[in-house]
Amino acid sequence: MIGYAIRRLLGAIPLVLGIGTIVFFVLNMAPGDPVSLFTSPNVPPEVLDQMRRNMGLDQPVHIRYLRWMGAMLTGDFGVSFARNEPVIDVIRQLLPNTLILSFSALLIAFVGGVLVGVFQAVRQNSIWDNASSVVGLFFYSMPSFWLALMLILIFSLGARNLWDWPIYFPASGMTSIDHPFLSPAGQLRDRFMHLVLPTLSLSLVLAAGVARYMRGSMLEVIRQDYVRTARAKGLPERTVIFRHALRNALLPIVTLLGLLLPVLFSGTVFIETVFAWPGMGKLIVDAIGQRDYPVVMACSVLFATMVVLGNLVADLLYAVVDPRIRYE
Amino acid sequence: MSERRLSRGLRLLGMLAPGLPQMVAGRLGAGGSAFALWCGLLAIVGVRWERVTAAVSGPVDHQLALLVLIAAGAGVWEWSRRASGKGASGGGSAGAVPRSLWAEGLRAFGRNRVAVGGLITIATLYLLALLTPLIAPFDPTFQGDLLTERLLAPSLAHPLGTDQFARDLLSRLLYGARVSLSIGFIAVSIAITIGTVLGAVAGFMGGWVDSAVMRVVDMVLAFPRLILLITIIAVFQPSIFVIVVILGLTQWPTVTRLVRGEALSLREREFIEAGRALGFSRTRLILRHVVPNTLAPVIVAATLGIGETIILEAGLSFLGLGVQPPTPSWGTLVADGRNYLLGAWWISTFSGLAIVVTVLSFNLAGDGLRDALDPRLRR
Repeated sequence: MIGYAIRRLLGAIPLVLGIGTIVFFVLNMAPGDPVSLFTSPNVPPEVLDQMRRNMGLDQPVHIRYLRWMGAMLTGDFGVSFARNEPVIDVIRQLLPNTLILSFSALLIAFVGGVLVGVFQAVRQNSIWDNASSVVGLFFYSMPSFWLALMLILIFSLGARNLWDWPIYFPASGMTSIDHPFLSPAGQLRDRFMHLVLPTLSLSLVLAAGVARYMRGSMLEVIRQDYVRTARAKGLPERTVIFRHALRNALLPIVTLLGLLLPVLFSGTVFIETVFAWPGMGKLIVDAIGQRDYPVVMACSVLFATMVVLGNLVADLLYAVVDPRIRYE
Repeated sequence: MSERRLSRGLRLLGMLAPGLPQMVAGRLGAGGSAFALWCGLLAIVGVRWERVTAAVSGPVDHQLALLVLIAAGAGVWEWSRRASGKGASGGGSAGAVPRSLWAEGLRAFGRNRVAVGGLITIATLYLLALLTPLIAPFDPTFQGDLLTERLLAPSLAHPLGTDQFARDLLSRLLYGARVSLSIGFIAVSIAITIGTVLGAVAGFMGGWVDSAVMRVVDMVLAFPRLILLITIIAVFQPSIFVIVVILGLTQWPTVTRLVRGEALSLREREFIEAGRALGFSRTRLILRHVVPNTLAPVIVAATLGIGETIILEAGLSFLGLGVQPPTPSWGTLVADGRNYLLGAWWISTFSGLAIVVTVLSFNLAGDGLRDALDPRLRR
């Protein structure tokens, strides 16, 4: 098992390096170079040349590639053009925000999706099963950014301005303006309120996928002999479903974690943009607009690395929870 | 005698209103859709007569729309004529044994009402997109009076309201459908062409070819697709052409993985061995014997992939990294409405609904195709 884990980890390294290579060469195809950002009639060409030399842009491409790779491996992603601070510092500030959003969305998506999926499988082909399948497919077909806008329209703008609902949710940011002046409990509540809509719009789309998968997996398990045995023993249905069937039906869901991560990160890009959530997704979109290539490179390598690691964790988890899986 | 007269009357009716005889004969679904299509086409000709006649010497897309209009009308008419003829001579052909896997799949698909509904919606959407120049109430970039016609709520003159530049939203949605739907279709075509060929070659040849292709596939799949797209678009200026090509070039790995798996098992089958014994070249074996047998899962993947691509394109356009204004695409329309969410909710809501309905239809049709084409799932 440990040997397998180590081998998988070693296998992931060339993958991450390969992705870094793709990113480097794609961005190298960009016309012009970073120095051209500073070009203006007030800057003499000698200064531009000096800048090029300082940035190492006078070197041939393979030297630059090796240098960039070396720097990246030591955690040095260069300096952001737009923010004028080391990229690693920017990421250090923003990554936790993205992780908060992603993990709460994943949690809700998995818990909600599994519950719905189990419910559907237990009541297979009932009207509730069909209705929730249709609703699920509806959410599954929905662009998350549109769902986010609709949630804002209803639960934030509409609730506050049109219908005077007692509760409405903030439409943007992580905290209110008066956040520092609130009591600790008030601060927590403020953060929670800001988290609700972004998490919902991210997780509903994911949950629909999880429920689809869970339903299939549960249907397969429910037909197994040992479930019939459990029923025949006279166990209450609740015990049969949740203790005997669910445990085994959950196994393949673990692999879904790896599949959902790319979807999740794509989702955060939109959701963070819509909700002005200061995270990695908004960072990369802003960086594109500002032609801030060091940030774009760092973000995409980081996202890809997280997906690779997520897949790795999912595979290892699967091996842990399912003793039938044996790796050579 | 009277039965004959009835059928002749029905046939005459079919000449005027295709689909009606089939509805009378009990085929409500097929006949109804044919009749609805016929009525729709007639309505276009009736209401937009001057535009239809002007289209003959109009721009290319108007001519194309006219061509589609005529072709659709002729198609429905001919179908109705043949179907009523068949119904009269063949009688109950329900007991006939289907011949091929495809015929069997088609029958299974036809029994799945939800999936057929999805397919009909897709067909309607593409037809609408093709006919857009004839049916759209306004030009998509036509601006009304900025003072009085800005951000109007849905009304008779503007069925879906107007946007911040006093442009008619329905017209923009229709023209946006042309962009979004064709991007989805073309990008997926590129992806399945590359994916099928690479996957079949990798699976069939094995060895270093296989491992080389699959390493690349692993690498691209590990990359969150949106991030990869964003990175590439950061380099090239976004335009429809770039978007289509990039969407196509980032989707083939999923197809490759699928086809490779199929090809790996096909390689060991007897009919391939027979082909080898007959001295067929590898190219011929791959193109004529492996690829056609991997087509069923590829079609399913393509159907689901178009929906996914439409969402992706909408997302990129929403971020301003896709189709550039003033060209309407569903994603840019949603983004347009974002700043007027409360005052002019219709802009984002209807544009997003268009995406949802389209993608939902592709998902329904794709699920139905999978159930129909996979003999193991067929009931």
